[in-house]
Amino acid sequence: MIRRWAAQTTAELSMSLRRGESLLLTLGIPVVLLVFLTEVHILPTGPGRPVGFLAPGMMALAIMSTAMVNLSIATGFERGYGVLKRLGATPLGRPALLAAKITAVMVIEVIQAAVLVLVAVALGWRPSGSGAAAAVAVVLLATAGFGGIGLILAGSLRPEVNLAASNGLWLVLLLVSGMLAPLAKLPVAMADIARVLPAAALADSLHRSLTGGLGVAWWAWVVLAAWAVGGPVVAAMIFRWE
Amino acid sequence: MACDDLVVRYGTVTAVGGLSLAGRHGQVLAVLGPNGAGKTSAVETLEGYRRPDAGTVRILGLDPVANHRELVGRIGVMLQRGGVYPTMGPRQALHLFARYYDDPDDPDALLDLMALGPVARTPWRRLSGGEQQRLSLALALVGRPEVLFLDEPTAGVDPEGRLVIRQVVADQRARGACVVLTTHELPEAEHLADEVVIVAGGRAIARGTPAELAAAAGGQAVRFTAPPGLALAELARATGVSLSEVDEALPGQYEVRGPVTPATVAAVAGWLGARDLPVQGLRTTAATLEEAYMRLVTANGSAVRGSAVGNSTARGSADSGPTTGESADSGPTTGESIDSGPTTREPTSEPDQTAGHGSGRGGRR
Repeated sequence: MIRRWAAQTTAELSMSLRRGESLLLTLGIPVVLLVFLTEVHILPTGPGRPVGFLAPGMMALAIMSTAMVNLSIATGFERGYGVLKRLGATPLGRPALLAAKITAVMVIEVIQAAVLVLVAVALGWRPSGSGAAAAVAVVLLATAGFGGIGLILAGSLRPEVNLAASNGLWLVLLLVSGMLAPLAKLPVAMADIARVLPAAALADSLHRSLTGGLGVAWWAWVVLAAWAVGGPVVAAMIFRWE
Repeated sequence: MACDDLVVRYGTVTAVGGLSLAGRHGQVLAVLGPNGAGKTSAVETLEGYRRPDAGTVRILGLDPVANHRELVGRIGVMLQRGGVYPTMGPRQALHLFARYYDDPDDPDALLDLMALGPVARTPWRRLSGGEQQRLSLALALVGRPEVLFLDEPTAGVDPEGRLVIRQVVADQRARGACVVLTTHELPEAEHLADEVVIVAGGRAIARGTPAELAAAAGGQAVRFTAPPGLALAELARATGVSLSEVDEALPGQYEVRGPVTPATVAAVAGWLGARDLPVQGLRTTAATLEEAYMRLVTANGSAVRGSAVGNSTARGSADSGPTTGESADSGPTTGESIDSGPTTREPTSEPDQTAGHGSGRGGRR
């Protein structure tokens, strides 16, 4: 089991890290947006320095890109190419496959966090150390929730449709999330919708904990926990392996 | 490896309607049939991908669904399409799959065996159809399977690739694996299989060795061209066949139907020689599996075309006892010949592929 999990994790990582579009999505876009929007201050980022708002926002974007979009697109094509079906006839087994995918996502998230923190600090960000533990807990919950959403799409749509749907959902959540601009700047109705989505809860929590050194809002814990349970459960129920 | 009275349904459509198959170690079983005959549905049930709607399935004495975890390490599966990460090259895929198994074969040796060395790092989606098939086969072998399922292994494969695949299947049989392959390519079945089951409309309409099935279809004959108007009755007496088996189809074109043996050929030649007749083109035509297949499947055409198949037994599967062929040693074949007009064809003279490819592979295991 350990050998299979390790081999599969290595394979998942090597495929993700060698795929250009995957690197663009998981590292390129968050880093470019962070640098550009910090230096060219065109969006209202609220009180404080822009990088203090944008750094946690782009970290939230990076988590969403990896756990939801990258996972979904890769899994969708694996399903379309019959890879998942073929793996079903090997001793790998679904638990080891799932564990490997989760591990690969988390390793990529660690790389993303390291890169984004370095870039943000270079841009003048001074993160609060006291919120780190809460931030890690929030990221774990959000990863489970986004992963569930990604697998719901990957397990029910054709690969090409899934590709479009995942990217479309990514764009919507990027805009309606408080990643680029505070929720307070959004129209009230849009902000209300955003508050029940995992993207806004993640962005708000990272902003409060990492930049503000504050506790995570209770509504964010509830929303993130609900998606973290609901997403994977629904995915497990509707996922079609071929 | 066996299934009995296997039934697989998709909603109201019956894909497999009571199929029995049996394969032994060291044997190649070919499931032959037109597209939509239920081959893949049957094989995927054997592989444990779907639950049979009726009937029993046993692989190595185990239930492929209930004992899936135990079986996956002991079977090898080649799907009809896909099955490999689109961005992964053959070398990485083989090494990855090898890590799934406790006692795998050497991935690099398999890469060489399948002649995939030159494309070892080419992503799957950029491989040719033949290279993809060879990689799929290699991935099915890497766990040293006891039972090997190959679904259309030669589809889209070039002639050299076919030789590689034929040799690999022969090697697997030699090391004691039970090989179950589906195909609609008759020469492959004829070359590879010890036992053939012809499936149409989800049922077996014939089974036997390729030679038995071919013989049951008739079509063997000695033919020659000589002056027209020879005494057919004398020729029949000399060759020991009934008068109805001797024909002058066109003036001067003669045919003596029946099993072609050296004795028949000698009798024909002797009869002609005794009369000092000028002869052109004395030749034998062998029966082929293709001929047997075309007759049987054409006879089942109505069942093949329809998607509801319960009625395919009426004409096709009457197991009418042992064949008249000379080698009826392993069970009865369906020997009915339904339509007239033997569509004889020249035996395709393919070289014997076993020579020249076997050396250097035996020590691989």
